[in-house]
Amino acid sequence: MATETSGAGPADAGDSGALAGLRSRFEGPNTVGNSRGFWVGFLVAVLALAAYPFVVGSYQASRFSLFLVYAFLGLSLSVVWGYAGVLSFGQVVFFGVAGYTFGVVSVNFATPAGITGAFLVGVFGGALMAFVLGYFMIYGGVRNVYVTIITLVSTLVLHTFMAQTAGDEWTIGEAALGGFNGMPTIPNLAFGVGGASITFSSMTFYYLVLGLLVATYLGLRALVNSDYGRVMVAVREDEDRTRMFGYDVERVKLAVFTLGGALAGLSGVLYAAWGNYMSPGVFELTFASLPVIWVSVGGRKTLLGAVTATVGIEFLRNSLGGELAFVIVGVLLLVFILGLPGGIVPWVHRTYVEMRSDGATPEPPEASAEVSD
Amino acid sequence: MVNGLNLLFQFLDSFAFIVLAAAGLAIIFGIMGVINLAHGEFIMVGAYATTLANIRAGLPLPAAMLVGVLVTAGFGLVVERVVISGTVPNALSQRFLGRKVIEPLYDRLADSMVATWGLSLIMVQGVRITLGNSLDQIGTPLGNIAYSGFSYSTYRVMLAAVALGVLALTYYVFTRTEYGMRARATIQDEDTARALGVDTERTYMTTFAIGSGLAGLTGALYAPTITMVPGLGSSFLVEAFVAVVVGGPSVVLGTTLAGGLLGAINATVSNVLGTFFGRIALLVTAIVMIRFLPDGITGFVETLRERRQEGA
Repeated sequence: MATETSGAGPADAGDSGALAGLRSRFEGPNTVGNSRGFWVGFLVAVLALAAYPFVVGSYQASRFSLFLVYAFLGLSLSVVWGYAGVLSFGQVVFFGVAGYTFGVVSVNFATPAGITGAFLVGVFGGALMAFVLGYFMIYGGVRNVYVTIITLVSTLVLHTFMAQTAGDEWTIGEAALGGFNGMPTIPNLAFGVGGASITFSSMTFYYLVLGLLVATYLGLRALVNSDYGRVMVAVREDEDRTRMFGYDVERVKLAVFTLGGALAGLSGVLYAAWGNYMSPGVFELTFASLPVIWVSVGGRKTLLGAVTATVGIEFLRNSLGGELAFVIVGVLLLVFILGLPGGIVPWVHRTYVEMRSDGATPEPPEASAEVSD
Repeated sequence: MVNGLNLLFQFLDSFAFIVLAAAGLAIIFGIMGVINLAHGEFIMVGAYATTLANIRAGLPLPAAMLVGVLVTAGFGLVVERVVISGTVPNALSQRFLGRKVIEPLYDRLADSMVATWGLSLIMVQGVRITLGNSLDQIGTPLGNIAYSGFSYSTYRVMLAAVALGVLALTYYVFTRTEYGMRARATIQDEDTARALGVDTERTYMTTFAIGSGLAGLTGALYAPTITMVPGLGSSFLVEAFVAVVVGGPSVVLGTTLAGGLLGAINATVSNVLGTFFGRIALLVTAIVMIRFLPDGITGFVETLRERRQEGA
């Protein structure tokens, strides 16, 4: 695979060996954007996002960082649904559990070291929740459709549960869960110990989230294009055949589900730290459906689609505001699932490749063509 | 003794609620392989149509309920043609673009869930924009049954009888009529059914309309007892899903048994520990049932029967 992609077109001839070797780790049939042009565009986009706060000021930047926080949630569903074929309506369960965990721990230990610990415990909590739920479902032989329904039901259970935690008996240490009113005094995110620490608020938080997002995106690209990623896609395409080839399908699904839980948990922790607030609203059905919308519109089988659609839709929804926002989001979802089941990004990619291959330059073999050989 | 009566009424109440909430969903899921996440919103359409017909147009309650059922069935028909089967958009695009743009959603479970979810968002918000955040409510008819210090709404207890009537009627339609035969043939083997002259397109269309009509009936029946808000459908959705999952593939028997079992659990737990735990018990039952009986109660019964036949 590495030789095919790096030696593909005349445009790539100038790449130095080391750079091509590095690039080949992030490229393969499971992601779109395997050309030099894509990476140039990617770099430009990241730089533009880095310059964004200087153009619009810290208030807008802080608003925008929420959309970037949601992108982790979108990515988590893309990995679970798009790459391992498990449609989960409950990514917000892990999001919410992680957010609440972060809240409880950080309120009790409000020092930089305590908050760093809370960050880790929160993400771990999301992953653990996903592991437990996933173990129960995947090793219990629950079929994929019912996995969707169980995750939906889990969301509702947590919503009912968290909404009734208003009383004093629901206080953990100094942190009151607060029922419908939620937890309003979660501290800002901070890393470090004692004096050698850094606290993240508006601008710095924006750069932290952006950095984490780029790293996560690249990390996931490397994962889905690795051998393990190929097994994940094989599980999505045909579980029985994959099992026949000797792979442990259940273990792969559980591992991916847990990874999805960790990513959703990361999103939840960042969300809690962003607004200094956590409430049962994150377990509501409307919020639970948002990741499904983002990922369906962007294209669930591409990581890039999940990120761009999440940020795009949230930006749109937030700018529209008011009553019409959900109508428009619903129409978008309906149009895309009916008319363009693959999502926007794969469609744009396909159109672009077709347009270019009409020209004189020969194109590198596309993913689908390679697979069908 | 009094506690026993209380429990009985509570059981009848939740039995009716679960059966009525699930009936339409079970039919559409069982026959078409479409999971309709907008089911709650279909119930909302029925409830709103009934309330509007009763309060704004001044129709008597039974006539208003009939209006609710018919409006929802008609609405379901439109949704089936436009979204689920994509016939209308495809006819348009065939004309203007020369190709079809939509694949029907039949038996595409995940896609049908996502698409109907989009539909439900549009419906809830659309109703909120056009009709406001709430609507005047019809008063609950028939008064209360009073017994030694307690009372229970007669109307809600009566709904248990209606629920049984709905089940009986569904059973009759699917086993004794020509349509029912065609519908069951379509479930069993669509290609063979079509080869034998069954218009499966039409069967799907009718089925979706019947399922929507039943959702409308649920909405119409509960319109006098619940607050009229655009999001009222979501309070039915959970019970409906849980009942369909627990019931399994056989529509009538599954819904009856699931309604009985879940109604009993819900009533007992609510009675002892309060409504909140009643709901939690319902959800936990669903999760445990899926784990141990992935095909629901009727799937389990079916397996037992097959095993006994093999043994004999």
